[in-house]
Amino acid sequence: MPAVTPGTPLLEMEGITKRFPGVVANDRVNFDVRPGEVHTLLGENGAGKSTLMKILYGLYHADEGGIRLQGEAVTIDSPSDAIEQGIGMIHQHFMLVPTLTVAENVALGLPAGRRLVQDLDPVRRRIRDLSEAYGLQVDPDAYIWQLAVGERQRVEIMKAIYRDVSILILDEPTSVLTPSEVDDLFVTLRQMTDGGRGLVFISHKLHEVMSLSDRITVLRGGRVTGRTVPAETSREQLAHMMVGREVRLAPERGESAVGQARISISDLEVLGDRGTPAVSEFNLEVRSGEVVGIAGVSGNGQRELAEALAGLRPVSSGEVMMNGARTTHKTPKQIRRLGVSYIPEERMRDGTIGEFSVAENMILTSHDLPPTSRRGFLDFKAIESACSGLVDRFTVKTPSLDTPTANLSGGNIQKLIIARELSGEPDVLIAAQPTRGVDIGAAEYIHSVLMQQRAGGTAILLISEDLDEVIGLSDRIAVMFEGRIMGILDQEEATVHRLGLWMAGVSDGEA
Amino acid sequence: MSDFLTVSVLLATVASGIRLATPFLLAALGETIGQRSGVLNLGVEGVMLLGAYGAYYATLRTDSVLLGIVVSLVVGGVMGIVYGVVTLALKAEQGISGIGIFIFGLGLSDLLFQKQVGTPTPIDGLGDLAVPLLGDLPWVGEVLFHQNVLVYVAFLLVPAMWFVINKTPFGLNVRAVGETPEAADSLGVSVNRTRYMTIFVGNALAGLAGAALALELGIFQQNLTNGHGFIAIALVYFGAWRPSGVMAGSLVFGLVSATVLQWKTLGIVVGTTASIVGMFPAVLTILVLVLVSRRTGQPSALTRPFQRGH
Repeated sequence: MPAVTPGTPLLEMEGITKRFPGVVANDRVNFDVRPGEVHTLLGENGAGKSTLMKILYGLYHADEGGIRLQGEAVTIDSPSDAIEQGIGMIHQHFMLVPTLTVAENVALGLPAGRRLVQDLDPVRRRIRDLSEAYGLQVDPDAYIWQLAVGERQRVEIMKAIYRDVSILILDEPTSVLTPSEVDDLFVTLRQMTDGGRGLVFISHKLHEVMSLSDRITVLRGGRVTGRTVPAETSREQLAHMMVGREVRLAPERGESAVGQARISISDLEVLGDRGTPAVSEFNLEVRSGEVVGIAGVSGNGQRELAEALAGLRPVSSGEVMMNGARTTHKTPKQIRRLGVSYIPEERMRDGTIGEFSVAENMILTSHDLPPTSRRGFLDFKAIESACSGLVDRFTVKTPSLDTPTANLSGGNIQKLIIARELSGEPDVLIAAQPTRGVDIGAAEYIHSVLMQQRAGGTAILLISEDLDEVIGLSDRIAVMFEGRIMGILDQEEATVHRLGLWMAGVSDGEA
Repeated sequence: MSDFLTVSVLLATVASGIRLATPFLLAALGETIGQRSGVLNLGVEGVMLLGAYGAYYATLRTDSVLLGIVVSLVVGGVMGIVYGVVTLALKAEQGISGIGIFIFGLGLSDLLFQKQVGTPTPIDGLGDLAVPLLGDLPWVGEVLFHQNVLVYVAFLLVPAMWFVINKTPFGLNVRAVGETPEAADSLGVSVNRTRYMTIFVGNALAGLAGAALALELGIFQQNLTNGHGFIAIALVYFGAWRPSGVMAGSLVFGLVSATVLQWKTLGIVVGTTASIVGMFPAVLTILVLVLVSRRTGQPSALTRPFQRGH
């Protein structure tokens, strides 16, 4: 690592402005990092955090403003410039080649690799040394595809340490980790700052921001709206700075009369894309007026479970009853006709058709039924009045009903899907990641809508990777690990610690 | 019938199978390295035709087979640069651009042949080159070590390409760029520079494959390659993107073709039957491709253009 002059910031970004067609992603943003600190960039999706960091990493060019590293002005035109200047970045989506080994992923792009023949032995040795020094367990000869998500994260950090970065950018590094993996990550990150490195931590999880940061800079709409330190602020204040108004972080859960079972799943087995069981020995019951949350790290069978319940993925054995009927081998349409609604996890792929207008997406599930269509023809008057009613009721912000859905923000697309799914007054609702990637305001609204449905007697199966969301909304919480339910807790008994152990696959007996 | 089973006929068939496998192998190896970096080139057939014509014409005019070989490599390399500009710089759809390259090569090679040569004139092609010592071995020597120089080149390229892909920094870049170009880019590896190089090498080999065909036959004619380039692409899938697998596929193909030829020559199959048997290699390709359709080993980024920040 380059020698650091005390007092000089490692990084100063001054007056950074970046315009994209129609938006100013960064508007005269100032940002600096001092040696040995974690400086958090906080903001909603689209606030400009990632843009700012992509400029620093050479993926975008700033329209205005300058960057100084240790007091000296630099230009960074590409990731290789950034790497040469000692800047590393851990991207939100892992930048790993699954078919290569850990050592090959680390060696990729190293200047030593300009030799004619690749010698991976020194790379392996250094990985082992660094593993020991930083307590980062990685096997240099393992292939990435064999590794669990937490291990892949360690490989990403290894890549950065191996390159001896002085500034490391971490873009939402905890989104795929279990609570205990997050703790381990923070220990490693502290070890890195103790050596004089500076870290930029990008996150929207307020409790993580409060526990890890030395300083916090908040962005909204491309501008800096607040600078603070954890000791002088609170989660509520940070949320206020992010959104620009008061926000309820925890949804209000009123009383609800729990009735008869509306979803009964017994001994369900579902195969994943690779043909191996993704869900197995799965038993669960959801009653009317009840929210049952499914927590777990992504990739433990949640997606396959939701798809199987919605009829989008064949059930290999077991039985599913919904709203009194056997739905095990029914088609999605038959299941919907039984009063079951489904909010899919991939809203752009499974939830909407991007090129279709808002109105067309609203009627996707009812276009062949009156009043939407009569005698085989669409009734545009009826469609327009129904859709404008839904747009108002669910506060979908759209220029018009004819606007292509892909032009809306993530939060508004999600509201559109929810409007469509709830318009038929469902008895059963399967909601997969209903607020993932949407802004705090929209998430707050979606939570309140789900609570209204619960009060109205809908049986809700809520699948979410956001533990706070699951605990905040659910009456009962089940944790899924490798396709099975590790355990179920009532909301009052649920703690992050206990659920976190289950999420990591530790059963009660082992803990 | 008994003739067919004699040892010498059998040996001759195998030797001829290896010779027939050579153009397939050269073209398929070139396609392999391109695809490993994420670029599909359907224009192999067209590049082979241009390479074949280049080699034929240079040899016809100068009587130098070596010059013919060099010309085929240069012609292939130039086509590689053209294809690289079209698909990497201009980001055109790879499948469609490749078909364009094929049609271009088919047309231009015939046009040049009509204008510059006109009447089919045979040339002295590649002679057999016996490898000292090894060539004297019984049976094996006759089959393996009395071949033309391009046969040796093609088969030596198999371990060479394996080494480059698996044991060199360049090969690591190629594999990374073909699987996860974003990851390679984030570590400072130039995705497009890597792809330009693989396309250049791949097309040069396609040109050389054309030369192998033209110089073996000692002739050029319209559509000389007659589908060789397309079969070579199929062989890359057959070989699961590995040089050794591609070699196995080329050999199967060469040996089946040689056997069919031998049967025709010996009159074992005649008339309509001969024509039907002649389809056998093509049918085999389709069958094999259906059977190995699992596509394990297919580079994830195949046909996907790279653009930073997307």
